[in-house]
Amino acid sequence: MTLLTDTLKDSAISPKATTSMSSETSDPSRPLIRVSDFDFFYGEKQALFDINMEMLENEVTAFIGPSGCGKSTLLRCINRMNDLVDVARIGRGKIEVNDADIYDPRVDTIELRKRVGMVFQKSNPFPKSIYENVIYGLRIQGINKKSVLDEAVERCLKGAALWDEVKDRLDTSGLSLSGGQQQRLCIARALAVEPDILLMDEPCSALDPVATAKVEELIHSLKDQYTIVIVTHNMQQAARVSDKTAFFYLGKLIEMAKTDEIFMSPKNEQTEAYISGRFG
Amino acid sequence: MKRYFHEELEEVRSHLMLMGEKAIANVNLAMKAMIDSDLATAQKVRKQDDRIDEIEKQIDDEVARYIGLRAPVARDLRLLFITIKAANDLERVGDEATSIAKRTAKILKAGYSIDDLGRLPRMCELAVGMLKDALHCFIDEDSSRAVAISERDEEVDSLNRENFRYFVDLMKHDHSKISFCTEMVFISKAMERIADHAQNIAEEVYYLLTARSLQEAIDEENAV
Repeated sequence: MTLLTDTLKDSAISPKATTSMSSETSDPSRPLIRVSDFDFFYGEKQALFDINMEMLENEVTAFIGPSGCGKSTLLRCINRMNDLVDVARIGRGKIEVNDADIYDPRVDTIELRKRVGMVFQKSNPFPKSIYENVIYGLRIQGINKKSVLDEAVERCLKGAALWDEVKDRLDTSGLSLSGGQQQRLCIARALAVEPDILLMDEPCSALDPVATAKVEELIHSLKDQYTIVIVTHNMQQAARVSDKTAFFYLGKLIEMAKTDEIFMSPKNEQTEAYISGRFG
Repeated sequence: MKRYFHEELEEVRSHLMLMGEKAIANVNLAMKAMIDSDLATAQKVRKQDDRIDEIEKQIDDEVARYIGLRAPVARDLRLLFITIKAANDLERVGDEATSIAKRTAKILKAGYSIDDLGRLPRMCELAVGMLKDALHCFIDEDSSRAVAISERDEEVDSLNRENFRYFVDLMKHDHSKISFCTEMVFISKAMERIADHAQNIAEEVYYLLTARSLQEAIDEENAV
């Protein structure tokens, strides 16, 4: 697996040099994402307080909590999407991906976001063909060799469980697909740049139960190759798809444990109240 | 915040309590029929068992509906899970009481004195006490009492073994009592099973309250 680590850990190399990414033997119990003493602000308003957590490689971690609890903010911090918000700033702490501090000034955010892909709440295919949507990231990298692109399209659409549905109409617009298919197309697009981590911000909130089931099946199959973090308001979805669940409230991580434990015997009363609908 | 459907959980709880009260009443009634040599009381036990079965069916339906519609988690889910199991235990308690009443009706024909009942009255006292305490653990949400119930089951087992020896000896010395003693061995075993069900309920309540197995907790305590 190609990882971000060595690029950042080896100070002798440029953090912007994509060619220095190394392959490492994968350890299934290894923390791939580590958040330490992390405070985050939007202007004067503190959105995250002293967050400490680890997300293990090839696991699905679900972030749950009421609106405004900071779960999406933290998710966006993991690939520095919040850098695009003018007033956003880190107060304290750090986030490491594969033991490398992603807020190190030498980090190239474009490179980071290739390693840490993101799927949003609303599917956002580009007004281009299905084929061009999938290989958009590769074209930006300057890859134009048809055989390479064809292989990537098939691999990623298969990886996103969409190939059988669209293989005969790859040149039709991505916008012509159903909502569920569009979301899987966006997942395929994220897979094309071969990330290590996939961040998903309520990926099924606009989908019907059938499309939701397909995306959930996809998440389950993708975790063999990717580390996935998903924000969801759907408790049953968190219970179904994740290995670990983290409950946030008012910007604090209240409890994080194996999903079985969170949904069968949470330690914290606030967690119990939230997941059983007694919150508020 | 309490949601409107959480009252349905309270109903399930109250139906389990009602079932428990009726099961305990039937065990007491079966023992009374035996002590008083009263056929009418013994027949009443059999009729009342039907009501216990009805409540169990009602609880099963309520639990299945709640799981299907409300997607419970954590303690709510544990409550429903143990309610199904405890209701099954109470239904079996009702069956054992009925079995005792049927056998009592048989031995009534030959006649016997209260002195012939061995340690059965004491067993009944213990088993009913265990059932009551298990249900109180549930009402009071007191996991510590569940451990004590488990310990008392050993005393009931010991009394059952004592009864077995007593009735076998009685058979050997008085062949006219072979039929009576055979029924009494079965009755004693039924009472011992009632205590086992009480212990099961205690274990289920312990799991509800702590999300842990009672046996694991006892083993850990003994290891310290």
